[in-house]
Amino acid sequence: MDASLKIVIVDENPIRAAILQDGLKEAGHVNVTRIEDTAGLLARIYAIDPDVILIDLENPSRDVLEQMFQVSRAVKRPVAMFVDQSDTASIQASVDAGVSAYIVGNLQKDRVKTIMDLCISRFNAFARLQDELERAKSALEDRKVIDRAKGILMKVKSLTEEEAYALLRKTAMNENKKIADVAQAVITAAELFK
Amino acid sequence: MTQLRIGFIPLADATALLIAVDKGFCTAEGLEVELVREVSWSNIRDKLNIGLFDAAHLIAPVAIASSLGLGHVKVPIIAPFGLGVNGNAITVSPELHAAIAAAVEGDLTDPMATARALAHVVAQRRKRGQEPLTFGMTFPFSTHNYHLRFWMAAGGVDPDEDVRLVVLPPPYMVESLQNKHVDAFCVGAPWNSVAVDLGIGQILHFVSEIFARAAEKYLGLRQRWAEQYPEIVTQLVRAHRRAAAFVEQAENHHEVAALLAAPNRIGVDAEVILRTLDGRLKVSAAGAYRSDPRYLLIGREAAARPDPVQAAWLYAQMVRWGQAPLSAELLRAAKAVCRPDLYDAALPAKEAPVTTPADGIGAFAGPPFDPDNLKAHLDAWTIRRG
Repeated sequence: MDASLKIVIVDENPIRAAILQDGLKEAGHVNVTRIEDTAGLLARIYAIDPDVILIDLENPSRDVLEQMFQVSRAVKRPVAMFVDQSDTASIQASVDAGVSAYIVGNLQKDRVKTIMDLCISRFNAFARLQDELERAKSALEDRKVIDRAKGILMKVKSLTEEEAYALLRKTAMNENKKIADVAQAVITAAELFK
Repeated sequence: MTQLRIGFIPLADATALLIAVDKGFCTAEGLEVELVREVSWSNIRDKLNIGLFDAAHLIAPVAIASSLGLGHVKVPIIAPFGLGVNGNAITVSPELHAAIAAAVEGDLTDPMATARALAHVVAQRRKRGQEPLTFGMTFPFSTHNYHLRFWMAAGGVDPDEDVRLVVLPPPYMVESLQNKHVDAFCVGAPWNSVAVDLGIGQILHFVSEIFARAAEKYLGLRQRWAEQYPEIVTQLVRAHRRAAAFVEQAENHHEVAALLAAPNRIGVDAEVILRTLDGRLKVSAAGAYRSDPRYLLIGREAAARPDPVQAAWLYAQMVRWGQAPLSAELLRAAKAVCRPDLYDAALPAKEAPVTTPADGIGAFAGPPFDPDNLKAHLDAWTIRRG
């Protein structure tokens, strides 16, 4: 419906930008440009002449966009934050998600609302993905540590693999620790006794 | 222990805050502070406004703009503590420095002489059909914006018509000067020194040469939050006052610089930070130094006591450059950002108010500033928008 809207995404993270771009495309926005390199940002934005600018909050160039609030020779079309003064929930949601939106010219706020909501949900989805990736990575690390500790216990205490694991688990439960932490302690101790 | 989150931008004028935390002054007051390093003033403002931060290292005009609802959502902010007075410098490219030096009549450390020389350079460039000069500053509502404008306009340069003023995040300033995207910039420490060390910039002026006193950063709090937690405000002021006193002892400069050099604090060489604390800055790649013990005031000369006169002056600049209308109500709201009453109430002994400069500002040009008569201040200038 809003296929005519020109949208610019300013995000140095290519994956997150792609996720957002996909979402916008699904919603019917085909006119989406991503700016990756922020050198000469204002000049590039003027060249594209967008209706909406989306920027990630880790980007220091957000302050450059704020200049567009001003009316001066350096600024051709003034912009506004998409939110109303009263709409603190929207500001909160966007800041929490790590994204900010600016509308250029006289675009109606409700037309941007759906874009903003989509933006927030995609940014949050990206954060969840990243979180899951981190957790998967650390789970893999934990597995490696536990395997090494099991090996040490099997050798030193002549245990089977199952017994070694049971011992780690029991110790962890007794000491109210994670199995991986106990395993790490076993490895450290073994290093000391070498 | 009360837990607080405080945002800051890696700049030397965050020193009182960083030292209040890192030297344990906050802990001694019962405050457990998580410092969050931020990348933009927009982020700091938004996160303070919506309560993600309890307090913030805030550029003084942003606190005022937020309280007045200029450019963004209106959220009243108060400052019970001033993190710094002065501390900025104007750095120019070697080419622009040479052009100003060639045109200057008088002393290069005299801001009126350099501003007139700049007017000459601007006129010459126009005659030759060259692009206007571009000056970088940090934010539309920034001291840097107003300091540059005040200086050049006094020499006859219209900051909106004769040159381009563009916003650049401080970490990009140096790179932009190097790539010739800007010809000059006004920014806080350590970025001027970084440009000088790379041989791509020369410090033309300390802002302390342009104004005797220019409020730079505040410890900003939401007014409603401050009313809700008066005890925490008192604790914050006390911890910061002790930190500022510690920083101002010359024998502590090395320790302070080493703490600030950490990657999660300011993250530049301790030696560069030391120059700012000592007020002795290398101004050219050739190795010339300029000293001003008042380059950055952190607690000395009542610098930490928030001064409503400074807030009135900053609001006057917003009016002068067309960012805000002139009204008695807005002036009152701007002054109300500064809360010397909270500062005084938190400390055992009352600090003597500043008597020099007499008007509290000490600008190099124009009549003395009267915080109750902004019209007189504005009428003194021909170059102005409002």
